[in-house]
Amino acid sequence: MKTLESPPHEAAATPLVQAPPPAGDRRRRRLADQARAYGFLLGGLVCFALFSWYPAIRAVVIAFQKYTPGSEPEWVGTANFTRVWHDPEFTAAWRNTLTFTLLALLIGFAVPFVMALVLNELRHARAFFRVVVYLPVMIPPVVSALLWKWFYDPGAGLANEVLRFVHLPTSNWSNGADTALVSLVIVATWANMGGTVLIYLAALQSIPGELYEAAELDGANLLQRVRHVTVPQTRFVILMLMLLQIIATMQVFTEPFVITGGGPENATVTVLYLIYKYAFLYNDFGGACALSVMLLVLLGTFSAVYLRLTRSAEGDPA
Amino acid sequence: MSTRTLISPATLARPRGRAAYWTVFTTVVVLFALAFLFPVYWMVTGAAKSPDEVTRTPPTLVPEHWHLDGYTDAWDLMQLPRHLWNTVVQAAGAWAFQLVLCTAAAYALSRLKPVFGKVVLGGILTTLMVPAQALVVPKYLTVADLGLLNDPLAIWLPAVANAFNLYLLKRFFDQIPRDVLEAAEIDGAGKLRTLWSIVLPMSRPVLGVVSIFALVAVWQDFLWPLMVFSDTDKQPISVALVQLSQNIQLTVLIAAMVIASIPMVALFLVFQRHIVAGISAGSTKG
Repeated sequence: MKTLESPPHEAAATPLVQAPPPAGDRRRRRLADQARAYGFLLGGLVCFALFSWYPAIRAVVIAFQKYTPGSEPEWVGTANFTRVWHDPEFTAAWRNTLTFTLLALLIGFAVPFVMALVLNELRHARAFFRVVVYLPVMIPPVVSALLWKWFYDPGAGLANEVLRFVHLPTSNWSNGADTALVSLVIVATWANMGGTVLIYLAALQSIPGELYEAAELDGANLLQRVRHVTVPQTRFVILMLMLLQIIATMQVFTEPFVITGGGPENATVTVLYLIYKYAFLYNDFGGACALSVMLLVLLGTFSAVYLRLTRSAEGDPA
Repeated sequence: MSTRTLISPATLARPRGRAAYWTVFTTVVVLFALAFLFPVYWMVTGAAKSPDEVTRTPPTLVPEHWHLDGYTDAWDLMQLPRHLWNTVVQAAGAWAFQLVLCTAAAYALSRLKPVFGKVVLGGILTTLMVPAQALVVPKYLTVADLGLLNDPLAIWLPAVANAFNLYLLKRFFDQIPRDVLEAAEIDGAGKLRTLWSIVLPMSRPVLGVVSIFALVAVWQDFLWPLMVFSDTDKQPISVALVQLSQNIQLTVLIAAMVIASIPMVALFLVFQRHIVAGISAGSTKG
């Protein structure tokens, strides 16, 4: 990709660009270069400073303050943390969030993997499957949540109609304290699975076919091939997606807010929902920030692991 | 099709293999249709039923009469044009701000060697570790202090602080051969000129990906606009739907849901090749 045909020393002879400038000039040039570089950077930097870096610092500061918008903040030590800690909803929120994450991993993990495995074997209508599985991802999350809220309706909801149709006992779905959380996991899985399936499919397609051939020659049956070829070959992607999913599901908000409002009996209050409640219902920004810091530390750890893993993969020439 | 997968072509060629293949294929088609298409079908037809028919048990599979007043009522009663317009303004602005400011910053970090460039890049990448949602409350307070509540700038400016898109752009710019840029410089092009007429035209694929990400992110977001737009007239469609869902007739709400989904689904159907390829490619690179 050489666009310049003339030898480099000829270009150097052109005084306009390459003549060695006197020392003062060079310094001024460098300063001008830096000014220009920072001119390009400025807008982005200001936005990052205002909406990413400053809020992160501020969360930690306000976590130790009594903060009401419009009046002077007061330092209160760890009072916010202890108050939040003793809130009965605190335990419920963490328990629900962790259960949600765990269930989402079990369902939202096995199902897409098997689905991708099957799809990868199909020789027809491949584009159709990819489009259909990704369709729910493009439906706004609020619409998916409202849609499933209607499906879960105890009266004329589709979910119970389907159960009646196959002669199974009906369920309370999102309205029952025992079933509400699982019902939300189903919604989240339905809505988000498409991305996971597509990523798995890409990973499956990068497995060299010779590995399967060799395994088959060695007498490995279908399940053995999955276990000894497919899983080890995609292990990195599996791990990556698992971490990403943990990070995403720990921040679940839309589904419980729209479908259950945190109920019944706090069965679906999540940590992010509780943060929202502290800030906008109780007007307790100190408590909200204390909770945010806790969530931040936990998720930050997961993210650090994720970044560490992707970095080391990038260093890999493969 | 020639690539070898889990099951060998030889197995599939045998009569039993072929029978098994078509059984699995049909099952998957039916399952996919039931799991992913049927809910959408149910939504579209539910909005076309009469208020009485939609709550009937057992339900009707096809509306007895196709009522379009659900859709027209939603359009008028829920002020959908206004909320759709708000969403368009918010998404388009976020897209424009992101494209201009992130591109400029990525170009500077990639090519202009600013002092402390490494530190700045490190600071930007660190925000990848800080999940956005965990910081919504202090971010909200900052936006409130700046007087940006109920202003589309509350969506536009924070959207620029997107480390993922910025990094995507920077990495792409890094790969542009140095000779090309030096040639432009020797021809007398300034930095801005080089960016505009050399770098950007070469970066169409990555700009496309960033654009789609930017638009989809704003259109799908809920918690952040819920916080910053307390004024009903300024709310995007996602927030308005939830706020209005409490006291509106079911068929009208469902119709509004269908209308709210159309833009993104249409975008997807038009660009599906690029979107699917983008997701698949992005993943294997980490």
